[in-house]
Amino acid sequence: MIDVKDLTRRFGSLTAVDRLNFTVQPGEVFGLLGPNGAGKTTTLFMLCTILKPSFGTAIVNGFDVVKHPSQVRRSIGIVFQEPSVDDRLTGRENLEMHANLYGVPRSEQKKRINEVLELVELEDRADSLIRTYSGGMRRRLEMARGLVHYPKVLFLDEPTLGLDPQTREHIWSYIADLSKRKNITMILTTHYMEEADKLCDRIAIIDYGKIIALDEPKRLKEGLEGDIISIKTGAVKKLSEKLKEIKSLKDITQLESELKVIVKGGDSIIPRIVEVAVNSGIHIQSMSIREPTLEDVFLHYTGRKIRPETSEEYHALIARRRRSIK
Amino acid sequence: MSEILGIYTLWLREVKRYMREKTRLVSSFFQPLIWLVIFGSGMRFSTGIGVINYQQFIFPGVVGQTLLFTSMFMGISVIWDREFGFLKEILVAPISRVSIFVGKMLGDSTDAVIQGSFVLLYSFVVGIDMDIKTFLLSLPLMMLITFGLVSVGLTLASFMESLESFGVIQTFVNLPLFFLSGALFPVDQVPEWLRWVSIIDPLTYGVDALRIVILKGAWTPLFPLHYDLLALFIFDMAMILVGTIVFGRRR
Repeated sequence: MIDVKDLTRRFGSLTAVDRLNFTVQPGEVFGLLGPNGAGKTTTLFMLCTILKPSFGTAIVNGFDVVKHPSQVRRSIGIVFQEPSVDDRLTGRENLEMHANLYGVPRSEQKKRINEVLELVELEDRADSLIRTYSGGMRRRLEMARGLVHYPKVLFLDEPTLGLDPQTREHIWSYIADLSKRKNITMILTTHYMEEADKLCDRIAIIDYGKIIALDEPKRLKEGLEGDIISIKTGAVKKLSEKLKEIKSLKDITQLESELKVIVKGGDSIIPRIVEVAVNSGIHIQSMSIREPTLEDVFLHYTGRKIRPETSEEYHALIARRRRSIK
Repeated sequence: MSEILGIYTLWLREVKRYMREKTRLVSSFFQPLIWLVIFGSGMRFSTGIGVINYQQFIFPGVVGQTLLFTSMFMGISVIWDREFGFLKEILVAPISRVSIFVGKMLGDSTDAVIQGSFVLLYSFVVGIDMDIKTFLLSLPLMMLITFGLVSVGLTLASFMESLESFGVIQTFVNLPLFFLSGALFPVDQVPEWLRWVSIIDPLTYGVDALRIVILKGAWTPLFPLHYDLLALFIFDMAMILVGTIVFGRRR
C-alpha cells in the first residue's frame, strides 16, 4: 500500500528525514514513533504530498507522491496534529465542504456524513459551530472528516496530542475500531509509547530522521532479551562502574539518578547487584524489575529517553512548521 | 468538473463566513455613512465641483474605497486560514492550486461586492437617483474592480507571517491607492506629478468607471468607459496570474 525508498528531506543544511526505507501492507496500522523533531511529521507530509522529498521516492496506493500528487491526495485522508477545521462553520458544513473538495457524489454525501458523524459520536452536535466544540470534539470531527471520502490510507499525525487521558482512550478506541471494521490502512505518528504499543501492528522508531528499529511492538520488546532493572541511587556513576564486574551485565544505561540494566533472568541478578552495592558502600534507594516497554527499546537504541519537549520548544516547532506551509 | 465544484465550495465557504460576521456587517453599514455625511458635508461647503455637490462627487469614491479596503482585508485574511490550520486542509485536497486561488478570489470578491452594494443603498442620503438599472450595472463593474484587488491581497498575504503586518498594508497599499484614485478630489485638477501617479493606480479607473455609471451625464469622465474597463481587465488578469503563480509554489 505504501512503499518508501531512500526518502530524504533537507531544510537548508538540516536533514530532517534521512534515507527512510519501509513498506506498509494493506490494512496495517503502522506507527512512526520518536521524539518531537525526529522527522515524523516531515515524513508524513511527504507522503501526503504537502512537502516534496529532496531525494528518494514514495509510492502511496500505487501512485508516486511527486509525479501524481492529486491521485495520491484522492486516496488518502489526513488528520492533522493541529486543528484544521473552519471554526466559523458547523461540523456538518465542514464535512460537506470536504466531501465536495474530494468529489464525493452529491447523492452519497448525506449518507456518508451521517455515517462518519455516528462513528465519532458527534451526531447531536453536528449543526453547532465548531468554535463551540471542545478540543476532543474537534479532533473527533477531524477524524470523521478524514474518512468522508473513503480513503484507502488514513494518516494520523499525533492523534491524541494535548488531549486529556479520557478523550485519548476514546480516540484510541475509534482508531482500533476503524482498523478492524473498515480494513483501512493507517499510518500514525506519535511520541507516546503507550499509544504506539496499543494501536500499531508495526512500529518504526525514528530518531534524528533515521529509522533505528522497525518491527512489531512485541518483537521490539522481546528483542531486548531480558528484564529491565531500574536502580535508584545517588551514586549512579560509581555503581555503574562496579556493576561492570558482574559478567552477565552488559547493557547498563546511566540516567540522572537512576541506572537501567537490561538482563536475562533478572530475578537472580538482583541479589548480586545488592551485594556489589553493599560491598562498595553505595546506598541504593530503590530497585524494581519489570518487562521491557517501548520506552526501554528507544532508550536502548539511542541512550536517551523520549521526552515531550517543554511547551515553549513545542510551540516554536509548531510555528516553524506552520510557516513552511504557504 | 471536480475543479469547478472545488471552486464553488471554496466560494461558498468565504460567503458563508462573511455573512456570519455580524460585527463586521454592522461596521460596514456605518463606515461609508461617516464618510458621506460627516466628511462629505464638511467638504461640500468648502469646495465646489461643477454641477454636482461634493457629497455626490465622493459617493462613487466611497464605493470604491469600500471595495478596496474590503478586498484587501479579505485577501489578507488567508493568513487566518494558515494560522488556524485550515489552509492545510485545502492544500491537500485533490484540486489544483489554481482552483484554490480562484475559489478564494471569487468568494472574497463576492463579499467585497456585497459590501459595496450596501454603500450604493445610501445614494438617497446624498440625493443621487439610484434606479434598478444603475444598481445592476454597478454589480459587474464592482466585480471587475475587486478581482484584481483581492488577488493583490492574497498575494501579499502569502508573503506575510502574521496578521500584525496588516498595518503595513494599510499604510503602503490601501491609503495610497485610495487617495491617489481621485475618490476624494478630481485628479484632473491636481499638479502634474500627482496626476501621473494616479494614472498607475488601478483604482483610478475603477472610481472613474463607477462615476460614469452612477453619476451618468453629470460627470465628465477622465477616460472613456471602455478605457477604464480595459485597464481594470488588464490589471485583474495580471494580478490573478501573479497570485496563481505565488499560490502554486510547492516546497
